[in-house]
Amino acid sequence: MNAPETATLCAPKDFKSGTKPVWCPGCGDYSVLSAITKALSTLGLRPENVAVVSGIGCSSRIPAYTRCYGFHGVHGRALPVATGLKAARPELTVLVASGDGDGYSIGGNHFLHACRRNIDLTYIVMDNHVYGMTKGQPSPTTEPGWSSKLAPGGTGLKEFHPLVIALASGANFIARATSGDPNGCAALITEAVRHPGFSFVEVLSPCVTFRPEQREWKTLAHPAPVAPTDDPGRAARRLMTDDGFNIGVLYQGKRAPYARANGGAQTVEALACQFQL
Amino acid sequence: MPVPALEDFMARAYAMELEAEERYALFAEQLDTHNNRAVAEMFGKLAKIEGLHAKRILEEMGWPSMPAPAPAYSWDTPEGPETAPQDAVHYLMQPWHALEIALRCEQQAQKYFEDIAAADVPPAVRTAALEMAGEEREHVQLVREWMQRVPPPPEGWDEDPDPPRMGE
Repeated sequence: MNAPETATLCAPKDFKSGTKPVWCPGCGDYSVLSAITKALSTLGLRPENVAVVSGIGCSSRIPAYTRCYGFHGVHGRALPVATGLKAARPELTVLVASGDGDGYSIGGNHFLHACRRNIDLTYIVMDNHVYGMTKGQPSPTTEPGWSSKLAPGGTGLKEFHPLVIALASGANFIARATSGDPNGCAALITEAVRHPGFSFVEVLSPCVTFRPEQREWKTLAHPAPVAPTDDPGRAARRLMTDDGFNIGVLYQGKRAPYARANGGAQTVEALACQFQL
Repeated sequence: MPVPALEDFMARAYAMELEAEERYALFAEQLDTHNNRAVAEMFGKLAKIEGLHAKRILEEMGWPSMPAPAPAYSWDTPEGPETAPQDAVHYLMQPWHALEIALRCEQQAQKYFEDIAAADVPPAVRTAALEMAGEEREHVQLVREWMQRVPPPPEGWDEDPDPPRMGE
């Protein structure tokens, strides 16, 4: 009796480092890590083919937990670092990991321009609507009425809508996933990596320590009822009326990704010559 | 729920046990990292038990090594019926909570097998599904008895005046 065959070169575990995550037990980011490793395995990549770049925050610890090339950068600056890396080494698959604070507040400006440049990156934002690492301050995606010890009565500020902003700024692929479905999340990340240009995957990833009510997200999340569109106008209408829990690919554009005028990376030797004094 | 052959069914059963084992092992690691040794140990035991169930399926089927887990879409739910939800744990949880999670998982596994046995499936699959449902029923009972021997958590077990802050 034959066992089913495996179809992948590297198993998901081959992408994990020996470093144990220090996220809180129950954190959604564990599922995102698992989804990333599953996606890389499905794509038939090897750790040395991939770079994972991050900024600062709970989610930004991800590079240390993989065996890929990693860069744990400055707060909000993951996208510029990744942009430079991809421009210099286009043969690498570059994933960028961020959170709603790092990505939409401190790094908000870089988010706009990464979408606009349309460099072939996959941007994975673990959104928990709170700054978890620093004990629960409201973030750009926090609901205006969320009251906590650090923001009694709530901020009263309208929340940021990252998917709409990504579309308006020129992102070529926009999807929403949930950490409550690690396999589904892996499938969406896989699709995002395959799609040329700047791909943005927003992952609903609950912070069970500072936002325990977010455990309900897994019951609220539902597959998007419509097929992905390549029409930005239609996508805009959908995203503007979105309930925040539609899961799936929500926009799949056809814009050609950024390409260097000289055709790509030079040799290491040629690059070194430019830095000679 | 179409289940075409015994091999496919057993591969699914194997995947279910394996996924449950991996999740408990992950929980054990998470709680150990957060110095909650008692719960880490409890999840470690649960992982070992699920691992033994998975191993037994391999032996019964004569599969020499670990087959690839059945595709995720085999389940009606995002994860296997016996897999504890990722967000079910808390850094201050107590061993009783771990058993409560295990109880729910065993009950879901029992229902999964019962549903397959009740569906339009080949006789060999029905026999195997009924056998597994019976085993899961026993596990439900064992976990219930285990819970009797573990003190239930006091009220306010999750209150922490100084919640965690991770070092960068």
